[in-house]
Amino acid sequence: MAFQRRDFLKLAAAGIGAAALGACAAPAGKRKAHVVVVGGGFGGATTAKYIRMWGPDIEVTLIERNPNFISCPFSNLVIGGSKTMADITHNYDALRSKYGVNIVQAEVTGINPGKRTVTTSNGVVSYDRLVLSPGIDFMYDTLPMLASAEAQEQVPHSWKAGPQTVILRKQLEAMKNGGVYVLSIPKAPYRCPPGPYERACQVAYYLKTTKPRSKVIILDANPEVTSKKGLFMKVWAEMYPGIVEYKPNNAALHVDVATRTIKSEFEKIKADVLNVVPPQKAGTVAALAGVVNVDNRWCAVDFTSYESKAQKNIHVIGDAISAPLPKSGHMANQTGKIAAGAIVALVNGDPVYANPKFANTCYSFVDNKQAVNVAGVFAYDPEKKTMVGIKESSGVSNAPSEIEGGYAQAWASNIWNDVLK
Amino acid sequence: MTRRRIHATAGVALLLLCTGAAAQAAPDAQARQLAATCSACHGTNGHSVGGTPVLAGLNRAHFIKQMKDFKSGARPATVMHRHANGYSDAEIEKMADYFAAQKR
Repeated sequence: MAFQRRDFLKLAAAGIGAAALGACAAPAGKRKAHVVVVGGGFGGATTAKYIRMWGPDIEVTLIERNPNFISCPFSNLVIGGSKTMADITHNYDALRSKYGVNIVQAEVTGINPGKRTVTTSNGVVSYDRLVLSPGIDFMYDTLPMLASAEAQEQVPHSWKAGPQTVILRKQLEAMKNGGVYVLSIPKAPYRCPPGPYERACQVAYYLKTTKPRSKVIILDANPEVTSKKGLFMKVWAEMYPGIVEYKPNNAALHVDVATRTIKSEFEKIKADVLNVVPPQKAGTVAALAGVVNVDNRWCAVDFTSYESKAQKNIHVIGDAISAPLPKSGHMANQTGKIAAGAIVALVNGDPVYANPKFANTCYSFVDNKQAVNVAGVFAYDPEKKTMVGIKESSGVSNAPSEIEGGYAQAWASNIWNDVLK
Repeated sequence: MTRRRIHATAGVALLLLCTGAAAQAAPDAQARQLAATCSACHGTNGHSVGGTPVLAGLNRAHFIKQMKDFKSGARPATVMHRHANGYSDAEIEKMADYFAAQKR
């Protein structure tokens, strides 16, 4: 999508002036409030859509650097070979045509919270409120040899769906029968807690069915499987015996990119396909806005509005926040809706809903058809000022099943639709 | 139509708009936010695109009964029993009202 000059003229017009006046007090001078959303993933696209749905008088601009939405959920199935990139790629057309969101394809290069402006690769835009849904970026301080694009072609992370997904799939296709695939998992918190273990299942499924003498070695920086532990351990033992080997307490210490050799505290392995998921932090856009204030990595927010605790009029949602919530696409969708409701209330001068409550639902595929879920409901605790999981509501499937594989497909179709259509 | 009449018409329309806006109660934020949690799997405003039940326009009593049956285990489930356990009866009633009011 080419950037349209008229989009920015419109934005400039929307951005002029101070706070919006009441419509009936000054009908002639009324200016629409302008909300800018940076990041068109599960969180940002949802927020843009729901603000337009619940506050049709609010102008919304969504800035996203990629031309399309590519879903991280289900990208492991592309790596395993049972889905294609086309299956996980969606466009932003309906956000524009059905909901009237201004879609701007550009890279954000600066944010000025004082002046309330966002500088992009294609110009400057003003906002009344800013929503950041920056996802994650990688921390290369412990693995500097992986920081370059060239290194990531040889040793992919494949932890952002897109070209990186394709690179890993192609490397697996080219790998010989009897080859070794090594997956390195960082210490929690990272994006999508069960994601690495689902990936191991998907690669194991592909290798078992096409190159059965091959191995999947998991080097986990964590002391144990961080999500759906019992289910994954059982699946590896029963469905992929002799293929999957799980090694906890094995953070990556060094990688030799050319030979695809990884060194951890207890292991040194030369892999045929080496997949290193580095440690993560809030996407770099968050640092541009000065909202990174937890461990130099994450963003603290008010859980009733998702407004940053560091900067006024800036809301942060999704993976980038510091929260006792899983960093999942589903959570980004849910936090986006709380932010959308709060922003509409704030713009209209209504009270912000004080007791948010929402659910997480996360499916992992263990082969091409069977899935397991983890789900739970979280409620805001006004005394602790944080989200708290409701014990009776949280838990995992009893066992993998094709029925749940069907529900996982339904989850994907419906959430993609809820985010974008 | 004369220019004057257009102005007059616009004036009346604006007046009606303002009166309407002032008279309209703020939406039930709790009901809307609770229902929005369901929509990730059941479609925006309960309009599922497939694989999960459409909640939009669902009979209020039917919705409440299903959620209570999920809670008690009377209706077996893979995931809904856990979701149902996370909400109070009052919250479930709010969701039921919201979805019953959506056009199917």
